[in-house]
Amino acid sequence: MVIKIRGKVWKFGDNINTDIIIPGRYLTIRNLSKLSSHTFEPIIPDFSAKVTSGDIIVAGHSFGCGSSREEAVLVLKHLGIGAVVAESFSRIFFRNAINLGLPAIECKNITKKVEDGHELEVSLDNGLIKNLTTGETFKASSLPDFLLEIIKAGGAINILKKKVKQ
Amino acid sequence: MGMTMAEKILAEHADLKRIEPGEIVNAKIDVAMVHEVLGIRIAGMLREAGVNRVWDPEKIVALLDHWVPPPNVEAAEIHKICRSFVKEYKIKYWYDMRAGICHQVLPEKGHVRPGELLVGSDSHTTTHGAFGTFATGVGATDMAIVLATGKLWFKTPSTIKIVIDGKLSEMVTAKDVILHVIGNLGVDGANYKAVEFHGDTIQALSIDGRMTLCNMAVEIGAKVAMIEPDQKTIEYVKKRTDKPFKIVKADKDAEYEEIINFDVSNLEPQVAKPHSLENIVPISEVEKTPIDQVFIGSCTNGKLEDLEITGKILKNHKVHPDVRLIVIPASYEVYLKALERGIIETIIKAGGIVCNPTCGPCIGGHLGVLGNEEVCVSTGSRNFIGRMGSKSSLIYLASPATAAASAIEGVITDPRKYAGE
Repeated sequence: MVIKIRGKVWKFGDNINTDIIIPGRYLTIRNLSKLSSHTFEPIIPDFSAKVTSGDIIVAGHSFGCGSSREEAVLVLKHLGIGAVVAESFSRIFFRNAINLGLPAIECKNITKKVEDGHELEVSLDNGLIKNLTTGETFKASSLPDFLLEIIKAGGAINILKKKVKQ
Repeated sequence: MGMTMAEKILAEHADLKRIEPGEIVNAKIDVAMVHEVLGIRIAGMLREAGVNRVWDPEKIVALLDHWVPPPNVEAAEIHKICRSFVKEYKIKYWYDMRAGICHQVLPEKGHVRPGELLVGSDSHTTTHGAFGTFATGVGATDMAIVLATGKLWFKTPSTIKIVIDGKLSEMVTAKDVILHVIGNLGVDGANYKAVEFHGDTIQALSIDGRMTLCNMAVEIGAKVAMIEPDQKTIEYVKKRTDKPFKIVKADKDAEYEEIINFDVSNLEPQVAKPHSLENIVPISEVEKTPIDQVFIGSCTNGKLEDLEITGKILKNHKVHPDVRLIVIPASYEVYLKALERGIIETIIKAGGIVCNPTCGPCIGGHLGVLGNEEVCVSTGSRNFIGRMGSKSSLIYLASPATAAASAIEGVITDPRKYAGE
């Protein structure tokens, strides 16, 4: 099975922490649409209004550093983000992303090769990223099979559900 | 070749004799800690997945600390979900909002033991490596899986050995040491990796100081931060639990990815400027910066030792009239001891505000949220944009000593001028 994700780039810098993705003071909001309206509020207040389903986030190193809040992934999923391609992820964000079925892919120097608004095509199983705007192709790190399985299942909870039923 | 502390503990919990960095294992969990995330997400996820009993109700610790007591209806509702879940699933260790901040409460109540594998629904779970525990933070889904199955996959981290030597000057603390380490390694300096702290500075640190060090190791991306248990560790743990535990130390020939040495004998107090922990400078570079608020507390620096140094500096002084000082003990145990020792009285007489144990302003929750363009010296762990309130506010992270001295002077102040008073 080939998973390809195609979308327009939102480019960010280094150290985009979880308080930037979704500020801690909103975490008591359990309505996901309301919560998601605050996504990236500290740096792009109108992000949730401008983002289109399928868009891809490209970022520098340590994307998602900071807290363990899974909401940082949840809001991106809710807004329809297709994948996050970063030079590196903080470990908890990476686990959370895979667990919720949001592809998180590491690609060295990606911020030097991609600009805001470019269109990318990401192939999950072989880790190839094509910049459809410039025609360039880059090799990202591919995900191990057991993590791909989680993404294909739509998240780790779906796998747990199956186990519970058995 | 020998193994590091993290490798040994992970191998044992995966029923393996040895383990190599990069190896992915399914490991058994000894203790799982959950706070409000239980009510916000985990309880609902477990119910939806059809999980009607947890793997082991005696290995789960649950409490409320982030929004305590609830500042709004949403938080109160989240707390209600937590209460009904722990009752229904018969969770043995439930502290409600009567104990304090999770990372202070876990060791105080005897849930942290050397050689064990502990996960918490909070990134600062690395704190417990101070006791030689493999302790790490996980998100809601991982925690739901742990509560249901008692197991979780881990990629075996390589280990960075950080050796810290030298006697700290008076008023220079564990917080300054860890800020200095973060400043040198960068915020991804140990991403996905284990850290081991060694050296005579570490041996000389109290349990409180060691916890502060390991607490902030997550800010360089560390999966776990470990300190080899010694007599201080054993005494602390034995006072608080009857459960047996095993001391795990690194092998002499353990293989480290890197060994980094620090000499902290002449270390100046350190400050992290807004809005990143990449902006760490010696205090001399930011002295005299005017401030509006000082916050002393959080899982990083709300311990007894932190309140003691605060009281020592504030004694016979007044908080500057343009500054509000907010002090939040990390737990009720800390709070009561500080009361007995007269520290709380000193703080209040100096003009400080003392609030109940909670994460409070550190996450911008309540009890000291910052307004537009306000400047705060905080003893918390993160100075991210907007974390404590308005996105135009500015957070300078520092030690409790620096925070207390700054509260008196109304500007960022080197606490060494209060040494020996």
